[in-house]
Amino acid sequence: MVFQYSKKVMKYFLRPKNVGKIKNADGIGRVGNMLCGDIMYIFIKVRIKRKKEIIKDIKFQTLGCPAAIATSSVITELAKGKTLGKALKITNKEVIKKLGELPPIKYHCSLLAEEALDEAIYDYLKKQKRKIPVLLKKKHQKILMSEKKFKKKFG
Amino acid sequence: MLKNIKMKRIYLDHAATTPVSKEVLEVMKPYFSEKFGNASSLHSFGIEAREAIKKARKISSKLINARPAEIIFTSGGTESNNLAIKGIAFANKNKGNHIITSKIEHPAILKPCEWLEKHGFKVTYLDVDNKGMVNPKDVEKAITKDTILVSIMTANNEIGTIEPITEIGKICKKNKVYFHTDAVQAFGKIPIDIKKINIDLLSASSHKLYGPKGVGLLFVKQDVKIEALSHGGGHEQGLRSGTENAAGIVGFATAIKLAEKIMKKEAERQTELRNKIIKEILKIKGVQLNGHPSQRLPNNVNISIKGIEGEALLIRLNEKGIAISTGSACSTKSLKPSHVLTSIDLNDEQAHGSLRITLGKDNKEEDINYLLRELPKIINSLRKINPLKW
Repeated sequence: MVFQYSKKVMKYFLRPKNVGKIKNADGIGRVGNMLCGDIMYIFIKVRIKRKKEIIKDIKFQTLGCPAAIATSSVITELAKGKTLGKALKITNKEVIKKLGELPPIKYHCSLLAEEALDEAIYDYLKKQKRKIPVLLKKKHQKILMSEKKFKKKFG
Repeated sequence: MLKNIKMKRIYLDHAATTPVSKEVLEVMKPYFSEKFGNASSLHSFGIEAREAIKKARKISSKLINARPAEIIFTSGGTESNNLAIKGIAFANKNKGNHIITSKIEHPAILKPCEWLEKHGFKVTYLDVDNKGMVNPKDVEKAITKDTILVSIMTANNEIGTIEPITEIGKICKKNKVYFHTDAVQAFGKIPIDIKKINIDLLSASSHKLYGPKGVGLLFVKQDVKIEALSHGGGHEQGLRSGTENAAGIVGFATAIKLAEKIMKKEAERQTELRNKIIKEILKIKGVQLNGHPSQRLPNNVNISIKGIEGEALLIRLNEKGIAISTGSACSTKSLKPSHVLTSIDLNDEQAHGSLRITLGKDNKEEDINYLLRELPKIINSLRKINPLKW
């Protein structure tokens, strides 16, 4: 399949922001699998500011194609400094918008980025033994299910 | 994204396509202008084109020790393969409906076979070993009374493994089954003698050989029963109707002539460069060679790099002006990596982390040195952002 990356995608791929690992992260989202070739980890550090939980720091590590690396970088930038509630509302569409454009066959990478962030927040709330919002719980289960289905289909 | 047009550009993807040689282009030019005739016309314009094609047929047949009448010019490797597979199937269906091929063939073989399966034919797709080699014994075992055709490639396009077609040819002769070989990657690079190897049909393509795109050939041995796919004016022994692409055919023949002249020397030179790349690349931690260590095309290197996704590596190398290819397929709908790489037992990580380097006649040692300098740097930088231990 032939496609070309936009200048913005290339910029993020070649010079991604927020790369790395956070030691003692408050939440870690791990998504993707080796079968499709993309694995994405997002680490978050949460601080309470004026009674609100804010993503103080966020970093990512990704094994994957240029689109996977670019979308990882973009989602960390979008989420940094946001409250958990606002971070949960970030969608893959916003990621694509920030990239200007993404080849349609690479949309799944932006979805993976959204899921990685959601999973990191899920992990944080779970570790804090907090009530998980219904929507997030549903998303978490959907991620688990699709992972299972994927493995069944291709594994 | 080539910011600097003057940036060094190194083409190491000759299995994908090759540039047209200057000499080839010069020979082709008159056939677009003053020698534009239709080879079917009786006047002098027609004769000009007809004579040129006749000469081209002779040159092309000579390379594989065939007779000129046994060469059918086509639009390329894909058409040649389609004509061979479907043409033999339709012409011989009263004899049987079984075809044998391998799992690592080019899609231009596999897809026609799958299509024939929908039309009452049975196809056996043979496994290969972990070096990509078909076992001739498996071919013999798979032959039944219904088998009409065996199609095994001369050399694989991804991993460069040269198949044991001499043995397979013998088996087919003994069992009176037609033998077709897709020689698109091997034609003009390694010697092929259709008489010594007992080949009934052979596909080749011009643009892999410094000829123009849009031309290929199918060798069809005399008396082989085959049906045409394209019907019309009865060109090319009635097997491929349509006004001949005189310019393309003449260009192809010139490319063949040039390839024949430099084949031995280039094979030796490229083998040496290839071995240097392999030796140096294997020094990088977590790198393995895919395909056969010695039974491989002189110009092919295929490796898997642990902790790396192929497309990311490809794009990073492209930023340095280096053009290579990968078997990773994060972009295809199925997200499944190359069928060749999974057939040689690579796991998903190895298949997604694959890199193919294919040399050409214009590659110099300094190009290779540049690649060997840049590659480890990029590997290190990509591995740094990989969350997994590798």
